[in-house]
Amino acid sequence: MPADLADVPVRDPSPNGTAPSIKITSMDDRRPVADAAPPPTVVEMRGVSLYYGPFRAVRDVDLTIARQRITSLIGPSGCGKTTLLRTMNRMNDLVPSFRMDGTVTLDGRDLFARDVDPVAVRRRVGMVFQKPNPFPKSIWENVAFGPKINGYKGNLDELVERSLRRAALWDDVKDKLKQSGMALSGGQQQRLCIARTIAVEPEVILMDEPCSALDPRSTLQIEELMAELKQEFTIVIVTHNMQQAARASDTTVFMTMGDDRAGYIVEEGDTVGIFTNPQHQLTEDYVSGRFG
Amino acid sequence: MAGATAAPSAPAAPRFEPDRMRRKLAGTLFYGACLAAIAILILALIALLLNVLVSGVPWLSMDFLTGVSSRRPENAGIWPALIGSIQLAIIVAAITFPLGIGAAVYLAEYAPDNRITRLMQTNIGNLAGVPSIIYGIFGLAIFVRLLGLGPVLFSGAATLSLVILPLVIIASIEALKAVPQAQREGAYALGASRWQMVKGSVLPAAAPGIMTGIILAMARAIGEAAPLVVVGAATLVLTTPQPFEGGFTVLPIQIFNWAQRPQEAFQGLAAATIIVVLILIFLLNLLALVVRARLSRHIQW
Repeated sequence: MPADLADVPVRDPSPNGTAPSIKITSMDDRRPVADAAPPPTVVEMRGVSLYYGPFRAVRDVDLTIARQRITSLIGPSGCGKTTLLRTMNRMNDLVPSFRMDGTVTLDGRDLFARDVDPVAVRRRVGMVFQKPNPFPKSIWENVAFGPKINGYKGNLDELVERSLRRAALWDDVKDKLKQSGMALSGGQQQRLCIARTIAVEPEVILMDEPCSALDPRSTLQIEELMAELKQEFTIVIVTHNMQQAARASDTTVFMTMGDDRAGYIVEEGDTVGIFTNPQHQLTEDYVSGRFG
Repeated sequence: MAGATAAPSAPAAPRFEPDRMRRKLAGTLFYGACLAAIAILILALIALLLNVLVSGVPWLSMDFLTGVSSRRPENAGIWPALIGSIQLAIIVAAITFPLGIGAAVYLAEYAPDNRITRLMQTNIGNLAGVPSIIYGIFGLAIFVRLLGLGPVLFSGAATLSLVILPLVIIASIEALKAVPQAQREGAYALGASRWQMVKGSVLPAAAPGIMTGIILAMARAIGEAAPLVVVGAATLVLTTPQPFEGGFTVLPIQIFNWAQRPQEAFQGLAAATIIVVLILIFLLNLLALVVRARLSRHIQW
């Protein structure tokens, strides 16, 4: 089996195996309205295959990320979710052996065109990492860093406060802005990283298992925050936690890997559909916890 | 789950117990060996210090610090050597700080990870092991003769900078490499260029380690005598040394000079000078401690 058991959420397997045992709350408001116009596309991937040297990590991905939605990427370990995510802000360019086939566009512009600077891409497509990684600077400096390096001319104090408020961290830190960002708790550090990401006003926020190092309460806070941020930002989240995908996202993309160990997309659709009425046997096995 | 199904059919594993007495004895022996190692070192250090203090302290006075060398021990002072050492330290710091950090940042953050880079790093490591007197010969050829600076303080400082640069570069590379990759990615993810990433994220994180390396290397520079002898440090200097003109001397050379005299009194003067050097190095280490604490106030891995 490709994945290890740690990826599968621990819970009782349902005896008949058909109904997912995840309790899905308040999904009705996320059900797509049948006659509504489809949301505009922000990121679009066509025929994307990703390689590390000779190894093909992801193959033949066609994917659209809708504006102001939360899209979750789920699937077993090693299926290329993170690699796919890191393609959207050209973070993979930092890996010397990385290579890509296909096209990725942001608002219709080819992200990998010759004249596109990856630095410029990352300013528009922000990223929050698995392990909170605040800079070894004060809380204030952590948030102000992004705007500063991107030539922000306005009042930094205001921007820092606004960003911290939007990240639901202001009340926790307003009296200790000069203290180290690393002295905060794990959940606070992650919200600080979200604050510093939104301070540069990206269009898309990529989140790579942002809650895997956090306790359940901090996890819930981040999920609530995501629901808020979706008013302004497009969010793509990689998660190993299927409850999280079910609770927090509008669209779910299920990936797995084939016999050649290359990851591919099995099924994508609105989250309610993926979890209650999966079209593919592999998806059903995964979301019902029988396959990891 | 797998274990639960396999257990009934598997043969019973032989029971095993540790030999508790032996284990305890081994632990005690190891502890004793470590304790002995530190005890030997501490004792050697105390013996050395006592020896120096006993013969040196009677000679310490304000006049000793502000006076110049003399044939009569009771009139002799170390002012030119003290000022020479302090000037030397400042110039060495001014040279090694930008060159050392710059080279380390290039090798750790910019250079592609290929054979040439690794070869360079290995060779810098080798340079750290080259006897310092070889650097003295090089300094004599380049700074004193080729560049025509003459046997002045600056030539000595430039030569000593070459002696400690490998140490500074190696320590800085280690400090830079110890910064988690997540720090770099965090900066990149905000749209930082490489330079902004290095300046905003990696250097602040590595700064305490880099500063520690530089200050430890400075202590080494303050204690060096051999390369300066080759470059042309004078043994008898009666005026306050200038960086670019006139003869110069430093404390270790003064020590060497006095220690080779047969008279008991000059041995005392050498010991007193050693105390001054030790105090200088102690102050430098204190500075390292303060700087390190200040630079790492935001760092918690």
